[in-house]
Amino acid sequence: MIRLENVYKIYHMGDTDVHAADGINLHVQKGEFVSIVGQSGSGKSTIMNIIGCLDVPTSGKYYLGGIDVSTMKDDEQSEIRNKMLGFIFQQYNLIPKLNVLENVEVPLMYGGIPKAQRRKRAMEALERVGLAAKYKNLPTQLSGGQQQRVSIARALVGNPSVILADEPTGALDSRTGIEILRFLQQLNQDGNTIILITHDNSIAVKAHRIVRLYDGKIIYDGPSDDPQALVQPYEEEHFSEDVILKGGGKA
Amino acid sequence: MSITQSFLLAMKNLMLSKMRSLLTMLGIIIGVAAVITIISLGDGMSLYVEEQFESMGSNLIVASVTSQSTARKAEPEDFYQLVDEHPDALAAVSPYVPANAPLKFGTESYYSTSVIGVAETYGKISSAELEEGRYLQYLDVESMNQVCVIGSYVANNIMGGNALGNTLRIGGNTYTVVGVLKEKTGSYQGSEDDSVYIPYTNATRLNRSSMISGYYFSAVDETQMDTAQWLVEQKLYAIYQDEDSYYVMNMAQVLSMMDSVMGMITTILVAIAAISLMVGGIGIMNIMLVTVTERTREIGIRKSLGAKRKDIRTQFIIEAGATSAVGGVIGIALGSAMSGVVGNLLNISAAASVKAIVVAFSVSVAIGVVFGYLPANKAAKLNPIDALRYE
Repeated sequence: MIRLENVYKIYHMGDTDVHAADGINLHVQKGEFVSIVGQSGSGKSTIMNIIGCLDVPTSGKYYLGGIDVSTMKDDEQSEIRNKMLGFIFQQYNLIPKLNVLENVEVPLMYGGIPKAQRRKRAMEALERVGLAAKYKNLPTQLSGGQQQRVSIARALVGNPSVILADEPTGALDSRTGIEILRFLQQLNQDGNTIILITHDNSIAVKAHRIVRLYDGKIIYDGPSDDPQALVQPYEEEHFSEDVILKGGGKA
Repeated sequence: MSITQSFLLAMKNLMLSKMRSLLTMLGIIIGVAAVITIISLGDGMSLYVEEQFESMGSNLIVASVTSQSTARKAEPEDFYQLVDEHPDALAAVSPYVPANAPLKFGTESYYSTSVIGVAETYGKISSAELEEGRYLQYLDVESMNQVCVIGSYVANNIMGGNALGNTLRIGGNTYTVVGVLKEKTGSYQGSEDDSVYIPYTNATRLNRSSMISGYYFSAVDETQMDTAQWLVEQKLYAIYQDEDSYYVMNMAQVLSMMDSVMGMITTILVAIAAISLMVGGIGIMNIMLVTVTERTREIGIRKSLGAKRKDIRTQFIIEAGATSAVGGVIGIALGSAMSGVVGNLLNISAAASVKAIVVAFSVSVAIGVVFGYLPANKAAKLNPIDALRYE
């Protein structure tokens, strides 16, 4: 379903080149549930943007469902996002002026689906996330967990090949976060391909497979129940900072 | 996304911040209202002038003598003879002598009232109709009878009705009202209804000058206008041997001259009002740029969900177009109301023509679209990653 071949993303920052993705090779099969995990600066956002067709690699190839999307123009990427990808964001990213149903309809609208059919499919998606009754509400009238479920309905409604979840629980309390993750697992069991991007090991393990990034490189790619999957590479600054900030924390 | 959806969304956005939308539209509202008012009043004015002249008879030819020469002088007889010689072109002629004396009624003098010396034929030439009494007669002119025919304004507003048989004073002489004319031009001060007609022989005596400066002719019908005018010109040239001593106009010429003058004035005023439309357009552009910045995140979301550049551009252009269209509609309503009020004050019928409304509306929509393009294009080109991260 997803195949990254030798993908580089290089940003020019003044005199130095930053390798945000440094030769990434990744293969995701249809129906997989993969966590891409890494600390900030590890390159996971870059990889997410490339997988999500929001950005193109500096070099290397990206095949999505067999199509080479690594050299596409802005509008072609839009088309691919619309047809093949569903996004779930940390901040939900619902459009505040539109009600729940209208928000879910947006991807179908850009896909050129006629109005009646759009309504029907959006209501079905809302039923799947258990929010059909609130279809007339504005996003601000819902709790964070409900808003995230609306955004999941929006991600599902276009029947995408891949669902990309970027820190989907980052803005939620732990209990609601777990609900959302269960829901993602449920979607995966229903046959959806899901890619979860997170910095948090405890969330990453909800997937079957973990891909750990460090400095733009994959340093682990394997099952999530391997103890090796959870090993954070040692990094002085990061580590000491974490310890100080968290005090006598959970570690 | 279809145009209808974009339009509905745009209307929704307009309604969400009414104050801001109103202020954005203000330039367009004022501009369109001004254009509509000016065009309506201009049309009304033209119509009024036309009516004024048509009420004088559309077959009218006016000859004015400007020569002060005493050696050569046109006499009424010359023109009576001309009319008699060319009955197939000329129907009638009357001298036209404004008297240099104000009308006096009771103790009051009325300076706005025209006192004009004419012959008995003038009634027919000016297509005057009698309300009561009789018109001036040949005998009145010949024997310089001190009688007069008065317009409806003089009869009703100055003499307070019941004018027939009553007397008024002109230049120290007492004149008896023998006829009252029907209302012609709305009966107000200074109009044709505010006139007193006396025998021209009396007028020349009042003026202490036998100079007759004007002659009014009527052609047999409109097809004979050119021939009639040519005949009158020939006659005048035969008398004065100098084309600068007189001029001859017919009503059609006067009307078209008036029309072109009115048209020019209207055009200039509309051009000035159009500046306000320009400023309104810039106002819309300004607010649209702000809106695009404010909604960067929304644009990012829409792009991530599959909106193409064209979709985003269309959405913002339609929003700008809808803003100016609503402004245009308000401006049209305001302008129509304003021209109604002003028209009433000026006593002319000023109504916005369908053409003016259609043009004003199209122009306001076009302004929104043109000035909305730049901000819309800016929105369309936003990078979705940056737009999504925008706080």
